[in-house]
Amino acid sequence: MSKKTIQMFIVFFAFCFLASPCFGGALDAFEGQKGTLKIAGGTAHIPVMKEAAKRIMTLNKDIVITVGGGGSGVGIKQVGEGLVDIGNSGRAPKPEEIEPYNLKMFKWAIDGVAVTVNPANPVKSLTKDQLKDIYSEKISNWKALGGADHEITVYTRDEASGTREVFWEKALDKGDISTKALFVPSNGAMKTAVANDPYAIGYVSVGHMDETVAPVTLDGVTPTLETVKNGQYKVSRGLYSNTQGEPKGLAKLFIDYLFTTEGQQIVIDSGFISVK
Amino acid sequence: MIFSRETIAKNVFLFCTLASAVTISSILLFMIALGLPLFQESFFLSIWSGPWDPYQGLYGIRPMISGTLWIALPATALSLPLSLGTSFVVTSLGGPGLRRMLGALVRFMTGIPTVIYGFVGIFLLVPLIREGFGGAGMCVLAAVIVLAILISPTMILFFSDSLLAVDPVDVRTAKALGADRVQRLLYVILPKALGGMTSGFILALGRALGDTLISLMLAGNAIRAPRGFLEPARTLTAHIALVNAADFNSLEFRSIFTCGIALYLFTTTAVVAVRFIGRKKSVVQ
Repeated sequence: MSKKTIQMFIVFFAFCFLASPCFGGALDAFEGQKGTLKIAGGTAHIPVMKEAAKRIMTLNKDIVITVGGGGSGVGIKQVGEGLVDIGNSGRAPKPEEIEPYNLKMFKWAIDGVAVTVNPANPVKSLTKDQLKDIYSEKISNWKALGGADHEITVYTRDEASGTREVFWEKALDKGDISTKALFVPSNGAMKTAVANDPYAIGYVSVGHMDETVAPVTLDGVTPTLETVKNGQYKVSRGLYSNTQGEPKGLAKLFIDYLFTTEGQQIVIDSGFISVK
Repeated sequence: MIFSRETIAKNVFLFCTLASAVTISSILLFMIALGLPLFQESFFLSIWSGPWDPYQGLYGIRPMISGTLWIALPATALSLPLSLGTSFVVTSLGGPGLRRMLGALVRFMTGIPTVIYGFVGIFLLVPLIREGFGGAGMCVLAAVIVLAILISPTMILFFSDSLLAVDPVDVRTAKALGADRVQRLLYVILPKALGGMTSGFILALGRALGDTLISLMLAGNAIRAPRGFLEPARTLTAHIALVNAADFNSLEFRSIFTCGIALYLFTTTAVVAVRFIGRKKSVVQ
């Protein structure tokens, strides 16, 4: 064996050794487990669920985790009826849902949605009614709001977007969105669009905000990680996982995993706000 | 030997042909089968001619059909003269240095990923259109321009190859009869190369109809059918990309397959139409 090959082996094993903490730790609890875990419900949860499921299933081939969508209502209903082990919802289950099903809920992330404009735009504060008027095309020029005399470009997201859902429910109170609105496919594309268009208005998940776009103060509250966490900024929601009664077996392990440092890192990487 | 070489080759090729034919027809059948729940739940015509508003239970794709046509057809129309001119220069009209340089440039263009064109469009073209013509910037025009540039290498390469494939004996004969370079090109080479050039045109049109990324990034994706070049539009392909994230069992998701069927029909119609025109022309000659 030549010197070079030996060196390569050393480097290789060193890598394996250094990398091993990433594979162990939080996932140790799943060692030796087997079975199927069915998850369904809120679509905003899916990226986090899928990533967690992928990591668990990569470690332990005997565990099968299925992640379905359906929306918050479906998640609560299915877990209540015992069709799935974990039902996700983008809102806290109502008392009349918790009672008959004996649901236990776990809030493992917060999803806040900030209204944004281009940093060059002088209009950085709006009331909720003004925002609704902009999105329903009643106000179509920035001049009416004290800005430049130019048409407002309204950006929105596709119907399947969880970000759109929160924005639509909590900021627009399920009001109209103009058919003229431009659609962008992701939080990233929304930032690019707003950062490049001085007359744009859009919305992004608070976890995605950076200096390329400016947050809009809504009814006097500026959206930041802090104001979302302490509940002052209202255009937000908790992401919940619900179980029927106390979680058992794989469901318990899975929910516990979401609350570990590694689980919360997945939450942050997916653009949500960690609860820890 | 039981099978001659020829029979084996013939059967292998026959098998390949059948396999492609079966694949293509089964794709259409799959799309119809998967789209069936939508056809059953809403009025058949309203899917093709109605507006898109999933909250109201409307899953029409007419705005997307018109968006696709508004973007793909002008892009191809804009690209055609560009490509014709370039291929003429590359094959016969240009000097040797220019020919080599242009040829290399066109081949280089085919290798640029679509997303690069998209980004250049977003950062350079969109602000230019917004400042120059007004509106949001993300509009039909932006997508048309970038798409025309994107599909032109396909056309140019096909055009050049067909122009160069014409029998040099014919060209020399024309030269001996006193035809100059332009006359040789227009009256001898071009008519003979028309068949191959038609294929290039179809391929480019197909690419324009099927392109997703350019329209998704540049056209604005609004759900209203465009009424002008400065208005935003959503193409069928961009619609598929946007709705893809929806829940699998929802009718929204099922509408992906209606879009697929519409695209399939568009491409088929385009191919058949161009072939038909091409055949008619060659009969006349």
